[in-house]
Amino acid sequence: MRYFIWLTFLLALLWLGLSGVYKPLLFILGGASIALVVWLTERMEVLGAEHDPGALSWRLPVYWLWLIGQVVLANIAVAAAVINPRRIRPRMIEIDAPQHSRVGQVTYGNSITLTPGTVTTRLDGSQGRLQIHALLPEAISDLEAGEMERRVCWLEGPP
Amino acid sequence: MTELILDVVSGLLLLGGAAFAVIGGIGVMRFPDIFTRLHAGGITDTLAPLLIVGGLVLQSGFTLLTFKLLLILLFLLFTTPAASHATARAALVAGLQPVTRDSTDQKETRSSNS
Repeated sequence: MRYFIWLTFLLALLWLGLSGVYKPLLFILGGASIALVVWLTERMEVLGAEHDPGALSWRLPVYWLWLIGQVVLANIAVAAAVINPRRIRPRMIEIDAPQHSRVGQVTYGNSITLTPGTVTTRLDGSQGRLQIHALLPEAISDLEAGEMERRVCWLEGPP
Repeated sequence: MTELILDVVSGLLLLGGAAFAVIGGIGVMRFPDIFTRLHAGGITDTLAPLLIVGGLVLQSGFTLLTFKLLLILLFLLFTTPAASHATARAALVAGLQPVTRDSTDQKETRSSNS
């Protein structure tokens, strides 16, 4: 039930933000489409822990801010490598993804991909292993230091 | 006065975003194989939109437009890793071997290994 309330709230926010025309007809249309989407998700049985928008906590904006900082730093490193391509040392590596939920592991993998210079090429969920293609040695040592790993564990919270 | 400052800052952000997009494009041409090129494309996917949307938000101020711009950024930052991952995975499944040459410059290799 909490899931439906959250979904309705987020969809209403999206509709109001995107529409910008506040007339009764549009409110009715918006309400109807929100009801349709909520009904469809109920029919499709996609609700559950993995799709609970209410699981978003205050930790998410904190993590995003940190991630954006990392993305900017990594971008500068990769841009320098573009200007001087002799610096690149492409390698495939494997690291652990110790997050306990699948959402946590995917968040970790996606964060690694989002940071330029590293792309997750494979995620083995049952063993918690990530296969990564990395462009620069600095990116590899950053990953092996495990700062991002700890942040994602903090983001997903205790089991 | 504050408007002038805002205009200058947003102009700098837009120019910076454009410059990084061009650098990403150059990298796509320069790097040796599909995997390294993905990294170069990553610049165009992440920092360039961040700077460009940042510059546009400064122009639009606190309006609905800002909300929409930030939504564009949010969706972009959520979907591009999936696309990068799918491309890399498809290349691996198709049997492409990533280039793992250590370097053309031996001196640098030794210093980075030490």
